[in-house]
Amino acid sequence: MSSAKTLFEKVWESHVVAAPAGEPALLYIDLQLIHEVTSPQAFDGLRMSGRTVRRPDRSVATIDHNVPTTANRLVIEDPIAARQIETLRANCAEFGIPLYDVQSPDQGIVHVIGPELGITKPGMTIVCGDSHTSTHGALGALAVGIGTSEVEHVLATQCLQQSRPKTFRILVEGVLPPAVTAKDIALGIIGRIGTDGATGHVIEYAGSAIRALSMEGRMTLCNMSIEAGARAGMIAPDEVTFAYLKGKKFAPSGAAWDEAVAAWRSLAGDAGAQFDRELVLRAEELAPFVTWGTNPAMVVPVTARVPDPASSRSEAERRSWERALEYMALEPGKPIEELAIDRVFIGSCTNSRIEDLRAAAHVVQGYHVHPHVRAMVVPGSQRVKAQAEQEGLDQIFRSAGFDWREPGCSMCLGMNPDILSPGERCASTSNRNFEGRQGRGGRTHLVSPEMAAAAAVSGHFTDVRKWEFKPESNLVGSKN
Amino acid sequence: MKAFRKLTSRVAPLDRANVDTDQIIPKQFLKRIERTGYGEFLFFDWRRIQDGPNAGAEDSSFVLNQPRYKGVEILVAGKNFGSGSSREHAAWALSDYGFRSVIAPSFADIFYSNAGKNGILLITLPENQVQTLMERATSLPDYRLHISLEDQTVTDDQGFSAKFTIDPFRRDCLLQGLDDIGLSLRHAEALDRFEKQHDAAFWLAPRPAGTAANRGASSRA
Ligand code: SF4
Repeated sequence: MSSAKTLFEKVWESHVVAAPAGEPALLYIDLQLIHEVTSPQAFDGLRMSGRTVRRPDRSVATIDHNVPTTANRLVIEDPIAARQIETLRANCAEFGIPLYDVQSPDQGIVHVIGPELGITKPGMTIVCGDSHTSTHGALGALAVGIGTSEVEHVLATQCLQQSRPKTFRILVEGVLPPAVTAKDIALGIIGRIGTDGATGHVIEYAGSAIRALSMEGRMTLCNMSIEAGARAGMIAPDEVTFAYLKGKKFAPSGAAWDEAVAAWRSLAGDAGAQFDRELVLRAEELAPFVTWGTNPAMVVPVTARVPDPASSRSEAERRSWERALEYMALEPGKPIEELAIDRVFIGSCTNSRIEDLRAAAHVVQGYHVHPHVRAMVVPGSQRVKAQAEQEGLDQIFRSAGFDWREPGCSMCLGMNPDILSPGERCASTSNRNFEGRQGRGGRTHLVSPEMAAAAAVSGHFTDVRKWEFKPESNLVGSKN
Repeated sequence: MKAFRKLTSRVAPLDRANVDTDQIIPKQFLKRIERTGYGEFLFFDWRRIQDGPNAGAEDSSFVLNQPRYKGVEILVAGKNFGSGSSREHAAWALSDYGFRSVIAPSFADIFYSNAGKNGILLITLPENQVQTLMERATSLPDYRLHISLEDQTVTDDQGFSAKFTIDPFRRDCLLQGLDDIGLSLRHAEALDRFEKQHDAAFWLAPRPAGTAANRGASSRA
């Protein structure tokens, strides 16, 4: 066996506390991120068994899933949601865990604030009771989503039992066409390999098109790894990563910075390292994608038509397509660009960072939201919101008729009051188009921020590659 | 954790692939802070009529609403069962409803782990065998399966017999109902040693040493 190692292997091997024969490894966890929804039962479990939090300094909490995104959100009308939030506050106080509460200038979606505060670092192992923890892999961390029993396990032991996953390298080579984004890479991959295409694997994204992505784009891509069934997604840290981290609130500084960069630099996979699987894509072949069904693999380019179940590859697939078309109220053969929409949601841990908002604003500038459409922008964090306001993006959105909201998960999963009504069709920059995800009976189409913005203006899906940008627009362009 | 050794039960067929955890338990029930009481919310939307004058009423065509499947403890489903969100509430809801085993061609990773920690045995069988069970559970009244975790077998009274594989560690945990945290703490000494060394890698610390943990955050201690 060669001694050349992949990025994943380096991170994994430097965190193994014990590897008893015939059992999963015990992996040391550098950071646990905590939010209100998946933690209360874990803290209860600790109390019931007389255990405590081993490393509060390796834990960070925020409130994101439940919070209203309206300006007066300190008063939470839903008593059950309010109790859940109070419970997190009490648990953090009891166990000494730092909490970015609703009023904190650092509050935001857990997967947005980790990187932006410099808490997330290359080479770390990170867990969170949330499947999109894979986001943090964009910085070269091994970041996995876990259930509540595991949250409790990590609180008590700072370790996670994990069987060693397989490795899967996805190379995206070439140059992305204009207006084709990291979101489209993600949707293109999932459409190709399916929602279980990477089950049991950790994906490492590599290739020239990946290297050319900004940190924000890399986070969007790694975020969606779970939608292909992967345990995690990772990208080797490079100059883009270091430039992003430098000066962040909790990044090392001075001499420690140089030492840290040297350590992080050594994480990149060695030449000749072997992967269990590999897939190569050409960036030039990707297009702006739109999902048409009820999982993220049901996806086509914006210029395509709603597929016909008659052309599916198996009996099981035909039935699931038929069911999806019925739920989505779509007829086979209808051009995607003719689908009229009712709502637009720009937000979620997939696409709510500053570059996402810049890209969407660039499309919207000089236009107005279509009269039949209700559109909202929910920045991923207080910091993103403040930055956007400083750049005047909020003004562009507001004057175009968008709602400009406070940070949180919002309509990504509709645990707070932001939901679709039954039958409403939504262009959404989030990550899941499951039945009822954004509200019972709601119909979600996943797209990039640019595509969502264009749909908001047009009232239907439209190919953003042909967008006429208004001449007064002088904003920073799209993220690629 | 509840131990699992043997089970004989009637079987509910859920003939859908990619059943995601948003369907198993919709988000509005994730606001509760308890670990129990989720059974009544299992497949909440699928159990109810969605549109029309009877919206909200029980949908008698959904498998779990049919009287013949009341009280079943085994669910047979399509591939990639439990995909999507990491919510352990999905496992709590299945268990609370009374399910002790799910049989499918494949399961999503996080759900697989969550189910095991709640004493639910997930059995992976090839697609054609799952299809056979699905058909029998649909067409034969009072159809039953016998599961033995000790022998790693699934059998019925009509001649179906299949061996399944399961990770030996997971099998042991289920057979004995072991507490994971307790198991990990067998390595407490190794952990102490590892952690001491590992803490020196400051570039892997969430916050640089000496940074007030609560700078910008509150912990109201
Ligand atoms: S934005 Fe959506 S996917 Fe992301 S953490 Fe929140 S609920 Fe989960």
